[in-house]
Amino acid sequence: MADASYPEDLLYHAEHDWARIEGDTATFGVTWFAQDALGEVVFFEPPQVGARITGGEPYAEVESVKAVSDVIAPLSGEIVEVNAALADGPEAINEDPYGAGWMVKVRLADAAEKDALMDSAAYQQTLS
Amino acid sequence: MAAASPDTALKHTSLHERHADAGAKLVPFAGWEMPVQYAGVRAEHLAVRSTCGIFDVSHMGEIEVMGPAAGELLQRLLSNDVDKLEVGGAQYSVLCNEDGGVLDDLFTYRLAKDHYLTVTNAANHEKDLAWFRRHCEPFEARVSDSAAAYAMLAVQGPLAREIVQSMADAPLPDRFTVRRRRLLGKDVLVAGTGYTGEDGVELLLDPADALTIWDDALRRGAVPAGLAARDTLRLEACYHLYGNDLMESRGPIEAGLGWACKEATGFIGSEAVAAVRAAGPDERLAPFKLTGPGIARPGNPVAGGGEVTSGTLSPCLGIGIGLAYLPAARASVGTELDIDVRGRVRGAVVASKPLYQR
Repeated sequence: MADASYPEDLLYHAEHDWARIEGDTATFGVTWFAQDALGEVVFFEPPQVGARITGGEPYAEVESVKAVSDVIAPLSGEIVEVNAALADGPEAINEDPYGAGWMVKVRLADAAEKDALMDSAAYQQTLS
Repeated sequence: MAAASPDTALKHTSLHERHADAGAKLVPFAGWEMPVQYAGVRAEHLAVRSTCGIFDVSHMGEIEVMGPAAGELLQRLLSNDVDKLEVGGAQYSVLCNEDGGVLDDLFTYRLAKDHYLTVTNAANHEKDLAWFRRHCEPFEARVSDSAAAYAMLAVQGPLAREIVQSMADAPLPDRFTVRRRRLLGKDVLVAGTGYTGEDGVELLLDPADALTIWDDALRRGAVPAGLAARDTLRLEACYHLYGNDLMESRGPIEAGLGWACKEATGFIGSEAVAAVRAAGPDERLAPFKLTGPGIARPGNPVAGGGEVTSGTLSPCLGIGIGLAYLPAARASVGTELDIDVRGRVRGAVVASKPLYQR
């Protein structure tokens, strides 16, 4: 497991989720802090493409050996792509939470919602 | 964060500093702060299956019973036939209430003719101790709380005996026996028992000596393993966990522990246990494997009746496994199950014990 990192180019939700916004779509995943707290992720079932998700609400579950945790959507929208590779290789969420461990791509419902998210520095403040 | 009051302060084992220094994740467990994992559950689990793991299980309690009627008292309390327990032997049993519900599951070691040591689950220790004391009066026996007198280490895996033997002054005891040995010059009770499904030993020793043994075991190749790996290992081996698979509201026959109950001895609860055995239990605890993706968890209901009491992903099998109480007619090996995992139906099949065997 790599050292803690919180890339500057991402936006963060207080429930330990990140969003990488590119135009009207965004990629979501969980932060280094979240994967470290979970421990080894052993199961992730991606949601359905086409599902509508709401910012602040759970859209998937991630399971470690000991427990199951909700994954919270940082923003609202419609899922346009899921990371199918996580079904067979959920450990990517631990090994590369901002890269190969991405979870879904979403067409955003409301571009203004992102104003409620935090930048890397503000998110890291919430962790101390 | 406010400082914990003395009442709620978590107890530390004598190895706490070692765990913290090793970067272990420490969690509250039955009043103790215990290492749940070090490097990672999967690596620790596989180390126990392939080489050797060492667990600090000093949170577990000990009750010693001594005196001319010590055996008689234990015969009244414990479900197994304590008369069959020879000096130097180890015996598994359950502690039942009058209704035949399970108060705890326990290993008892006979250290001398009139001297027994029983290991309790940490969460049950005070309850068990009160139960022992409540029933000891008519017997010429003394019940002592020895929880603070012992640290407990479990050294488990194919290389465990070799590693511990290399510290010892004499051959280690066989499976299900116990002997006093000197390890690195320290007095240790060595028991051929465990909770992982692997060969190995459990060590009961003065907390002041635990560090010496722990450090030396690590130097000889034992891998520190936490409570999370202990749980996945015991579940692959189909060992019960009190609080999950055993509880006061169910009896030992339902739990599949009829082999550890000898009702003819007249232990407390034996009449109720005998009645369930004679009539056949309404439900049985059965191991299961998921047939597709997913992980069933404690509390998940089973279609047609029953509930999961333990569930995880098996590190050795790579699939969801667990234990569930099922209607007796639906508890036989091969029965297909539909488990409701948070609203999603997951297919499973009743499997034979153990779920994993090398």
